[in-house]
Amino acid sequence: MPLIKSVRAIGNRTVNSVWRLGYASRFFMLTLMHSGSSFRRFHLIVKEMFASGVMSLIIILVAGTFVGMVLGLQGYETLKRYGSESALGSLVALSLVRELGPVLSALLFASRAGSAMTAEIGLMKATEQIAAMEMMAVNPIARVIAPRFWAGVISMPLLSALFSALGVFGGYVVGVVLIGVDEGSFWSQMQSSVDFQHDVLNGVIKSIVFGIAVTVISLFEGYDAPPTAEGVSGATTRTVVQSSLAILILDFILTAFMFRGE
Amino acid sequence: MERTTLDLWVGAFVVAGLAALVLLAMKVGNLSTYNVSDTYPLKAYFNNVGGLKPTASVRSAGVLVGRVRDIRLDTERYQALVTMDIDKRYEFPKDTFANIQTAGLLGENFIGLQPGGDDQMLKNGDTFKKTQSAMILEDLVGQFLYGKPDGKSAGEK
Repeated sequence: MPLIKSVRAIGNRTVNSVWRLGYASRFFMLTLMHSGSSFRRFHLIVKEMFASGVMSLIIILVAGTFVGMVLGLQGYETLKRYGSESALGSLVALSLVRELGPVLSALLFASRAGSAMTAEIGLMKATEQIAAMEMMAVNPIARVIAPRFWAGVISMPLLSALFSALGVFGGYVVGVVLIGVDEGSFWSQMQSSVDFQHDVLNGVIKSIVFGIAVTVISLFEGYDAPPTAEGVSGATTRTVVQSSLAILILDFILTAFMFRGE
Repeated sequence: MERTTLDLWVGAFVVAGLAALVLLAMKVGNLSTYNVSDTYPLKAYFNNVGGLKPTASVRSAGVLVGRVRDIRLDTERYQALVTMDIDKRYEFPKDTFANIQTAGLLGENFIGLQPGGDDQMLKNGDTFKKTQSAMILEDLVGQFLYGKPDGKSAGEK
């Protein structure tokens, strides 16, 4: 009966994913509820910010600079056709602040820090460290999960701001220093088109949302991973795939709300 | 609990991130170019605002003196009512001309103020008496192609 078997498999998968979604939501709520105690022990958050934020700095800074440089080159080539090279500054700054900064830094953060979080927690679970904590009446959500969650949520907007700032610098280096676009019009066009509230703050909101999504997915995948070598490796892969998809889909939804009809 | 080198790194990271945000706000964004705290509102009616948008600049002799706050349709006059915030440092005579101008041929619209010679100054909430609508490029091209502004078509002289 291959037909019944396959129908059964589909049903099983559907039920399983709904189950996991519910479990993940409860996990997220528990993390939020236990956040208070982790803020009282702030050094735990600082430690995790070092692991996820500071250690991601190099990849974010280098990637930001080069993305900005590419934007400067490509933007110049396109704008040159319409004789509006002076708009290069606003092109580079707007695309970085609104989209590329938050999205690319979140993607890099997911693959650099999110996968590490999943692997760490998955291995903690496989070696029964989490069970040991529960035995000692230490709540693993409050001690292990919540500090990592808040470290990610705080680090993400900072990383994205650094990404955008370095990107603007990269665009400046290529556009003004190497190609020779007028420096005054580069900055003044940028300043007249980039609005603090509409562009910069919305970019920060985006990166906070991405930070929440990435850390929740990575922590949950680690927490829910089967306690085997295979299980942890599968969970790490799922973290990167799912957080990347979540970032891109959320980005579309947020952009539709923020920059509609203008 | 003691201070560790780890704290230093995290502190430096936070400072660098906040500095990048400030840089984005000041150097990249428009937060530094105009302070909106000390302003007074002025109003103007236009037949057509063209592509004018809220937060567009208000300039006099090319100098930024304020920003457009609000644009709406006045249903009594069927004209656009534009409210702008003008910097308190600047005052304009009662017979100041308010035009909607375009930066370059295809650039963004802004309001240009041309002061007249009246002794009395416009005060909080006053209305500009003399205004000129936006120049719509398509209308100009249309007039050029199909007729003169006075209504006669180009063919009949």
